[in-house]
Amino acid sequence: MSGRVLVGVKRVIDYAVKIRVKPDNTGVVTDGVKHSMNPFCEIAVEEAVKLKEKKLIKEVVAVSCGPQQSQETIRTALAMGADRGIHVDVSGKDYENLGPLQVSKILAALAKQEDAQLILLGKQAIDDDCNQTGQMTAALLDWPQGTFASEVSLEGDKINLVREIDGGLEHIKINTPAVITADLRLNTPRYATLPNIMKAKKKKIATVKPADLGVDLTSRLEVLKVEEPPQRQAGMKVETVEDLVVKLKEAGRV
Amino acid sequence: MAAVGALSRIARLGSRICKNRVTLGGNSQRRGIAACIDPSHGLTDEQKEFQKVAFDFAANEMAPRMAEWDQKEIFPVETMRKAAQLGFGGIYVQPDVGGSGLSRLDTSIIFEALSTGCVSTTAYISIHNMCAWMIDSYGNKEQREKFCPDLCSMEKFASYCLTEPGSGSDAASLLTSAQRKGDHYILNGSKAFISGGGDTDVYVVMCRTGGKGPKGISCLVVEKGTPGLSFGKKEKKVGWNSQPTRAVIFEDCAVPVANRLGEEGQGFNIAMKGLNGGRINIASCSLGAAHASVQLARDHLLVRKQFGETLSNNQFLQFKLAEMATKLVASRLLIREAAKALQEDRPDAVAICSMAKLFATDECFNICNQALQMHGGYGYLKDYAVQQFVRDIRVHQILEGTNEVMRMIISRNLLSES
Repeated sequence: MSGRVLVGVKRVIDYAVKIRVKPDNTGVVTDGVKHSMNPFCEIAVEEAVKLKEKKLIKEVVAVSCGPQQSQETIRTALAMGADRGIHVDVSGKDYENLGPLQVSKILAALAKQEDAQLILLGKQAIDDDCNQTGQMTAALLDWPQGTFASEVSLEGDKINLVREIDGGLEHIKINTPAVITADLRLNTPRYATLPNIMKAKKKKIATVKPADLGVDLTSRLEVLKVEEPPQRQAGMKVETVEDLVVKLKEAGRV
Repeated sequence: MAAVGALSRIARLGSRICKNRVTLGGNSQRRGIAACIDPSHGLTDEQKEFQKVAFDFAANEMAPRMAEWDQKEIFPVETMRKAAQLGFGGIYVQPDVGGSGLSRLDTSIIFEALSTGCVSTTAYISIHNMCAWMIDSYGNKEQREKFCPDLCSMEKFASYCLTEPGSGSDAASLLTSAQRKGDHYILNGSKAFISGGGDTDVYVVMCRTGGKGPKGISCLVVEKGTPGLSFGKKEKKVGWNSQPTRAVIFEDCAVPVANRLGEEGQGFNIAMKGLNGGRINIASCSLGAAHASVQLARDHLLVRKQFGETLSNNQFLQFKLAEMATKLVASRLLIREAAKALQEDRPDAVAICSMAKLFATDECFNICNQALQMHGGYGYLKDYAVQQFVRDIRVHQILEGTNEVMRMIISRNLLSES
């Protein structure tokens, strides 16, 4: 199987930043906060670049949906080895309401437009933890999906996949074209090298609008309130197991 | 610390807040960026990418091992080779011999970021880079092709040999002699305080081929294993412990004339040109340490409580932190301006590189020292990174030209007639 792979990359608040809720409880503070590529998206990019290095696919296209700054995230993907980028320009209110449903519609439209053989995504984003985009995209395209992938190998026009599931490891074989979402242990993303960063400057990023793809961005969800998790209460020590059972019964836990 | 009682109390307290230690000393703190001191302000997108790689590398590959390298005096060959794979082995060396071909400003940004992971290792990498650049810039085709690719990949490591027991600031009075005999120079003499000495493979040596003074100095590349080349004992230092420092001794050491960089008598000129960039690099290393220390201090102030509230509510400490941040940004701007002046070959390049080295190394040391003070007793413990930043950058005020010599250069520029 050779051809084009679409890799979705999302710009999220950097994992090391301490998140703060906005005073009006409508969301978290993002202004002036360090952002970077979602770690699972990095793993997806790395897998795509590896497939290209093994000559199993021909072209890696990095896609990001968001405002102008999303281009930085695409540039990082280009520096890791993606061939070109597509920036789907979404800003303002549309961006605030952008969720898995809208992104999956965009990715489905792009997959058809770019004649993609494979869509590689991170299993979830570390900001919303939705874990839905990959699954929804596959459903919209009526393609098979291999989610939580910890091993991917291409065999002719089929894909062998190992999935990390609650019960252990599941081995499946799916047809292409397909959607795969990357889990933590799929690979270790490479650092971009200085020469690759310089080469990335010459790679193209095309900008498109969701309207151009015929995608309706209206959200079916409304965020009512965002608040901090409750403060952790102190625990208490007990002397014996009987005491523990009494305390648990008192707290209604047993 | 007055009494033994106080020390043991601190030790017990230390183990009790052990769980905080991981967050306070952990590398994730050095990833977070407080807005006004963000080192990516004013950079191009490409420079931000370079900086990001360097920061990521520092946080993942260097910061977790910085204390171990210091305490066990490990020369982290594997980690440095990993850095070289990313292009950090010959950052401003030309691409045709394996370098990355970047500018002095790009280089400063990269060393600043790497330094947040480990100052000592980054400082050695910068010295290695300077040697690679010297061979790249002043070497002929054969020399460039022979030495540069291995240096850029860090297959081989380099050391720079200028200082001698009898000539530090007065570098031009060096005594190591190189007598021409046929197609070899016979070297006699010794070099002191050589970073990497004994563990590195390629030595860029300034030696006397002619008469007294700067015009009698030439530059020779000496390879490890050359008969007559030996090393002194490994020095025990306050900081910079991830690089070995030894005397380099020449006893009738025969070096091929083919290993001479440039012409006879050009050595001092090469040395001075190299030092301009070296000063920016060392200052950039101080900058990274100061940046990391400001973050550590800031985080500590937000966590540590005394008198019923966090230290961050104390106005004196707020003002002190503000002063530290201001001096940090001022140092950064001066260094970056000096880098631009050097890469554009401006007439003020030498003076401004000296100014940047003088100002930044002094101010950044004060910043790190102040950050240690803000940590209270914990700042004095080796479990906390801030003391290593203080120890590691203290020497930056001394080498690459003492800060006193920097003042000489600047005043000469101001007071000379032309």
